[in-house]
Amino acid sequence: MTINTSRRGFLKGAAAASAVLIVGARPDGALAAASSDGAQLNPFVKIDADGTVTAIVKHFEMGQGPATGLPTIIAEELGVTMDQIEYEFAPSDPQVYNNLLFGPFQGTGGSTAIANSWMQYRQAGAAAREMLINAAAQSWGVDPSGVTIEDGIITAGEKTAPIAEFVAAASQLEVPAEPRLKDPSEFRLIGNESVRRKDSAIKGNGQAKFAMDVHLPNQMVAMIKRPESRGGIALGFDDSASKEIKGYINAAILPNQAGVAVYAENTWAAIQARDMLEVEWDMSAAETRDSDQIKAEIKAALDAEPEFNVNQADVAAVTAAIDGADTVIEQSFYFPLLAHAPMEPLNCTIEQTAEGDIILHDGAQMPTGPHMAYQQIFQLPPENIQIKTMLAGGSFGRRATPDADYQVEAALAFVVTDRSRPVKLVWTREDDIRSGYYRPAFGHKARVGLDADGNIVGWQHQVAGQSIMKGTPFESFSVHDGVDHSSVEGIADSPYNIPGMALGLTDTPKATSVLWWRSVGHTHTGYVMEVMMDLAAKAAGRDPVEFRLSYLADGDDPDQSRKAGVLKLAAEKANWGNPAEGRAQGIAVHKSFGSYAAQVVEVSGDPESGIKIEKVTCAVDCGIAVNPDVVRAQMEGGIGYGIGHVMRGQITLTGGAVDQSNFPDYEPLRIGDIAAIDVHIVPSAEAPTGVGEPGTPPAAPALANAINTLSGVQIAAHPMTEDGISFV
Amino acid sequence: MALSLKLNGETHTVDAEPGTPLLWVIRDELKLTGTKFGCGVASCGACTVHVNGEPVRSCQTYVEDLEDAEITTIEAIGDDKIGAAVQQAWVELDVVQCGYCQSGQVMSAVGLLSENPKPSAEEIDEYMWGNACRCATYQRIRAGVQRASEILEA
Repeated sequence: MTINTSRRGFLKGAAAASAVLIVGARPDGALAAASSDGAQLNPFVKIDADGTVTAIVKHFEMGQGPATGLPTIIAEELGVTMDQIEYEFAPSDPQVYNNLLFGPFQGTGGSTAIANSWMQYRQAGAAAREMLINAAAQSWGVDPSGVTIEDGIITAGEKTAPIAEFVAAASQLEVPAEPRLKDPSEFRLIGNESVRRKDSAIKGNGQAKFAMDVHLPNQMVAMIKRPESRGGIALGFDDSASKEIKGYINAAILPNQAGVAVYAENTWAAIQARDMLEVEWDMSAAETRDSDQIKAEIKAALDAEPEFNVNQADVAAVTAAIDGADTVIEQSFYFPLLAHAPMEPLNCTIEQTAEGDIILHDGAQMPTGPHMAYQQIFQLPPENIQIKTMLAGGSFGRRATPDADYQVEAALAFVVTDRSRPVKLVWTREDDIRSGYYRPAFGHKARVGLDADGNIVGWQHQVAGQSIMKGTPFESFSVHDGVDHSSVEGIADSPYNIPGMALGLTDTPKATSVLWWRSVGHTHTGYVMEVMMDLAAKAAGRDPVEFRLSYLADGDDPDQSRKAGVLKLAAEKANWGNPAEGRAQGIAVHKSFGSYAAQVVEVSGDPESGIKIEKVTCAVDCGIAVNPDVVRAQMEGGIGYGIGHVMRGQITLTGGAVDQSNFPDYEPLRIGDIAAIDVHIVPSAEAPTGVGEPGTPPAAPALANAINTLSGVQIAAHPMTEDGISFV
Repeated sequence: MALSLKLNGETHTVDAEPGTPLLWVIRDELKLTGTKFGCGVASCGACTVHVNGEPVRSCQTYVEDLEDAEITTIEAIGDDKIGAAVQQAWVELDVVQCGYCQSGQVMSAVGLLSENPKPSAEEIDEYMWGNACRCATYQRIRAGVQRASEILEA
């Protein structure tokens, strides 16, 4: 997904939002400007009578930091301290709280939370400041230009007052359409290393409330018994054994027959009762393939003419250039299905109010998805459906399915009851691993030709795998002329100035339900680009950093210079070329979601007795780093996510059924797997871009390149255990 | 059946069948939701609580085995000097991301520091191996344990 944060785009969105506030919200009181408790100055800023500011956060918090970042932006422009601002999650309203890059759709994804909110939240904070200043100026009879707000105190000459004093008066004023924004030189909080996460304390002492922690009075817990493989249909069930379980209530086939809902008084009873339930399945339409067959289909697609000539290349010319090259490097790659496996298993809770409204309690990544689905399922207008966004225990993409899968499942489990009791749908870890959505399997085949001087003369690259976006509501964002950009992003739009690139793509048949997974297509494209660049550099006898820089040499192209910038910084900070005795280094650099990240991985040991990942050094250019320590944390986490899965993660199918079931056989990264990570942020005055995902793509290829340098082993299939690599 | 559990210094009478994991009594009966369900098979550590001062996985600890045991959950670990130091370190270093595993991380870290007040990085890695964090906050967990050790030493 391309990120574009133009000021014009923002203003259009802000104007629409303000109009909704003024016209649509004020008369009915939903966002009423003033009350005895304080005031909501605009959709994003609420100030209590005691002066506590609340930032209304339109993005959910899965750990990536918007519950800190968006309040930081508001506090900066408003003129309050981080201690004076709290946050709450926005209600579901795609007109007011939409992601400005998604159209009228509220949601978090594509590493856009800060990028799309940047100008909107700055303007919201600045508008609130101007309203308070104007209210104070009117009251004091002074010119607004002489009034300031700092640390929550309004000052004009000798006169001072806490913002609370003018909240009510300010709320009666028009929201200024073009408030003056701070010059970046005036920033005190944005970019400030001392700003800490707003959610640290509650997550360290057990007080944080995730959706899993919802306990509504009289609620039932529902678990779904699903078929062994996707596509099975529930025909009937026998719950005589389940009835022996204390707390078991009953069971019902879901209206779509995709499973049987088991209801119980508590979670443990639901787990046991579901285990005991016998279900009669019609498996005639269920998936029956093995993952080896999916792999073979992908391999066959790579050996055939590609379905799409993605970059309209003169393939014959590129082929001829490679055929005539001095050196040709050819390599195939395979990437398996991967599960997201966020720590908090999927869950959500539905209740119906006495008035017949529906309330969903959910770690809602894309509230508009379930909100739209629920209008159909419950036959209610949007205003009668509320979504209460809770903290989410990770997602990595999993909580944002185009079909709102688990929220719909919960609704189906709710509609077959009499709706007198709230229903909390809980997935177990086994459900998560076995019944989920997966990073699609992909294959690549790349041929690169080098001339006698070690320069690239042609790069032929074929990609095959299952499209994520086709057939979803997001198709129009990503699919153009048949090409799902998310299958080839990171190659098709690489900043490298590679001569003679021919990029082909073949969509392979639907293998299972697939979904974006932290960094989407870049999970495999970044790997292949950076492993091939390294192989080419080595074949040319050139230093991998120097080789890459020679394809990023256009200083007038910010895309190239910023990518070169992180590459040079990572190399410098890692002391590139001088690893400690017994160690080897590997490097990779990749642009994704508008940000640039380079990483150097340093390894020791050997593939047979075990590779040790000693250190990862990362440089990132994400424009202005709103919360530098959050940026650093996202790089650390992105690196861990990228490396953890290529070490030993894969989902395989036997007869259509997922072979893995829980962490013992879908082993996560553990604390000892990476000894140290060191992150450096490039100072920048550019608008902020993403950080949730860009740390992931370079990590695995940097590791592979380091292992290749150390041992000569070329890693072509994941997980790396498939290539005979063990880790210590 | 009615069982008596001593948890966070108070005695609770709970209604649970033998074989019920302590996790579900804590979460669903006592409504103490800081202890998390992550895997149910003692493979992720999100459900870690202390039984007689030792970290255990509450998803694989059964109510009938806890007679006379002193159970401590994340909600009360801050009353303990080591627990308070770990929580302080976690905030100072902003260890958390999504936070779902962190109750368990804190409980394990307290267990480690209780038996080894000054653990090396290798000792931390070994002790904390069973506490998974899908956000990969491991580097800060390691630093957090060391920072808590410093706080306690001061």
